Amino acid sequence: MIATAAVIAAAAAGLGLLLNLWRLIRGPGAADRILALDTMTVNAIALVLLLGLAYGTGLYFEAAILFAMVGFLTTVAFCRYLLRGNIIE
Amino acid sequence: MTFAAEALAAALILVGGAFLLLGSAALAKLRDPLRRLHAPTLAVTVGLGAILIASMLEAGIVRADPSWHELAIVLFLFLTAPVSAQMIAKVHLMEIDPATLPPPREGGPWASHAPDDEGEPERGG
Repeated sequence: MIATAAVIAAAAAGLGLLLNLWRLIRGPGAADRILALDTMTVNAIALVLLLGLAYGTGLYFEAAILFAMVGFLTTVAFCRYLLRGNIIE
Repeated sequence: MTFAAEALAAALILVGGAFLLLGSAALAKLRDPLRRLHAPTLAVTVGLGAILIASMLEAGIVRADPSWHELAIVLFLFLTAPVSAQMIAKVHLMEIDPATLPPPREGGPWASHAPDDEGEPERGG
């Protein structure tokens, strides 16, 4: 039951990734593109977790934590670069 | 007990997947950058939260192998989502023409566009 639900939700997350990719390509502004990348990270975390749920293993959580941290750092670094012209002062 | 936990976890997974799709669809469909900003930060956080609760249920009750990693992910995401949303909003404020903004209540320019002490435009962040 859980595995079936996880596969269905993974399909939803994959469709969400495609929609985010469309927004990433289309823009129009840098804020929209950064937001699309941020949402793609969250969808990717969800895909990793749903894979772990479908296989019934807890091995994938470290990958999900890494995705969460690197995704946040990427967003902040992009924004700081656009706002101030450098990342670390 | 196990069956109830499994059913609850499956329902939470489906709800989470629906919210993920809703957030991404709103990101693609809404017409204004600030509208687009609020849809995924809210819906995707709720969606991921539901999936992580389902994952905790599955690990703790169905597999009898409790794990607290999910709580770390939830805590990290809930702490960082407002920060990244605020920074993206500032990037958007910097990009658009200040004349198109509604006037702030106290007069003068918006704080993001006002000059700081050294006369340079405050760019924030």
